[in-house]
Amino acid sequence: MDLYVPILALGLLAAGFAVFSVGVSAFTGPKRYNRARLDSYECGIEPTPQPAGGGRFPVKYFITAMLFIIFDIEIIFLFPFAVAFDVLAWYGVVEMFLFILTVFIAYAYVWRRGGLEWD
Amino acid sequence: MEDLSAFGVDAWWVIVIKAVLVFGVLVVLTLFNIWLERRIVGRMQHRIGPNVHGPFGLLQSLADGIKLALKEDIVPKAADKVIYVVAPVIATIPAFIAWAVIPLGPAVHIPFTDTTTPLQLTDLPVAVLFILAVASVGIYGIVLAGWSSGSTYALLGGLRSSAQMISYEVAMGLSLVAVFMYAGTMSMSGIVTAQAEDLWFALPLLPSFIIYTIAMVGETNRAPFDLPEAEGELVGGFHTEYSSLKFALFFLAEYINMVTVSALATTLFLGGWRAPWPLSMWDGANEGWWPVLWFLGKVIGFIFVFIWLRGTLPRMRYDQFMAFGWKRLIPAALIWIIGVAVVRQVRLQGGVDTRTLIIAIAVVVAVLLVLALLPERGSVEPEADEDPRFDAFAAGYPVPPMPGQRMPEEREIVAVAGSATFNTVAGSASNTGSTTSETATSEERRG
Repeated sequence: MDLYVPILALGLLAAGFAVFSVGVSAFTGPKRYNRARLDSYECGIEPTPQPAGGGRFPVKYFITAMLFIIFDIEIIFLFPFAVAFDVLAWYGVVEMFLFILTVFIAYAYVWRRGGLEWD
Repeated sequence: MEDLSAFGVDAWWVIVIKAVLVFGVLVVLTLFNIWLERRIVGRMQHRIGPNVHGPFGLLQSLADGIKLALKEDIVPKAADKVIYVVAPVIATIPAFIAWAVIPLGPAVHIPFTDTTTPLQLTDLPVAVLFILAVASVGIYGIVLAGWSSGSTYALLGGLRSSAQMISYEVAMGLSLVAVFMYAGTMSMSGIVTAQAEDLWFALPLLPSFIIYTIAMVGETNRAPFDLPEAEGELVGGFHTEYSSLKFALFFLAEYINMVTVSALATTLFLGGWRAPWPLSMWDGANEGWWPVLWFLGKVIGFIFVFIWLRGTLPRMRYDQFMAFGWKRLIPAALIWIIGVAVVRQVRLQGGVDTRTLIIAIAVVVAVLLVLALLPERGSVEPEADEDPRFDAFAAGYPVPPMPGQRMPEEREIVAVAGSATFNTVAGSASNTGSTTSETATSEERRG
């Protein structure tokens, strides 16, 4: 556990710096508020009304996020395999090939159904 | 397997000194990189760049930082106040924390004491995984900033940014698998040691290195992949609504991330802090404080590549960019992993001679190349003449034809000219002909 203590130290330092910066900018800058300044920026025109809660966004981003989870899990499984590669010998190679193949089928399906297309 | 006995034994004051040093190095390096970028891009564009404040203009970034601190701190009316304020903090902390496991040099003797400590804050058995995980947390800062700003541009920029970063993180993670196979460990100091005994991993694992280099540019939202900040489409992207030091924090995080991926590339592929070849002939090159110099030199080399790319390449289109990541880099990385696994296992078992090995490598590379050069299915532009639907007056007012399309009258002329036996006459006539027939058809339509 001692290995993780220095990370905490650096994290606290960074957190202190970030919180200080965010806090101090409220005092150092001028405060000349007006209505137009507090509006959302939209190149000088009246801003489009925002729907409550952020509204909806294109489902493409959601699909990308789902795909990312699948592949990230694949990576998590590939890392220990790579570290123990020399010990596992051919058994490891065959197992990982089958694993990559399984994920690859899902990947090919998504590609074929147009999940990777952006227009 | 890996030897981490040198880590986790520092006294508390050593930890504090090292943490402050890492923090200081990062802040100074960020200020330096901003200056370096402006100077180099300036030279590339036949300008001088900032040269007024301090020697060679080195204090320009510091002056800009102070100026930002004196600017008005705006929280837009439409923003989600709490998340809007917290987002820059979430983006900044992981950027710093990732450097906890970057090895800057070997064990050194701290001046004025009798303590010896490695020039690395700490090391973990899963150090690289730790960096990837921490980098993912940084994405939260960006997506929350975009979402909480209450602005269309910021929301779209944040979504784009996060989609881009997670897409290229997959390619980045896959490119590292081959390194772990060769090093047999995920600890940063262990990987540096493994490269001291063997070649730098960039050479035997060149495809991994190339994939990593491309992915690291995509991961840090830098040109030519700086789509979240495409001014023509999204103004400033996720930080459109941010001002003052909150904006500065995002800027700082972006530049630290650049340095982090460069440091990771240096450690995993270019031998880390170990001296490059001609220097490594000198015995003292890998001892004491010298390695810090080699390490920073390699990192700044990568930074220069970042700047060079920005000065050279135009921004990619979003669909091209995502297609490149998902349809090229990821399959290429997967096939490369399988290839490396088979070749390395064959070598470990020692059953095959070198010639077979070379042929196997050639096959893998050929498959990779074919895959990379394969044309996109359905991406070919339809031929103009096979599209009879083009109608200049479809919208109720005349519109010009799109590139590759032709006016219907023009097509008729071409057909007539093609059937005529005396081409020159037909060709010269077609100019005047097209104008008259065009006017005629237009008149007809209007009538």
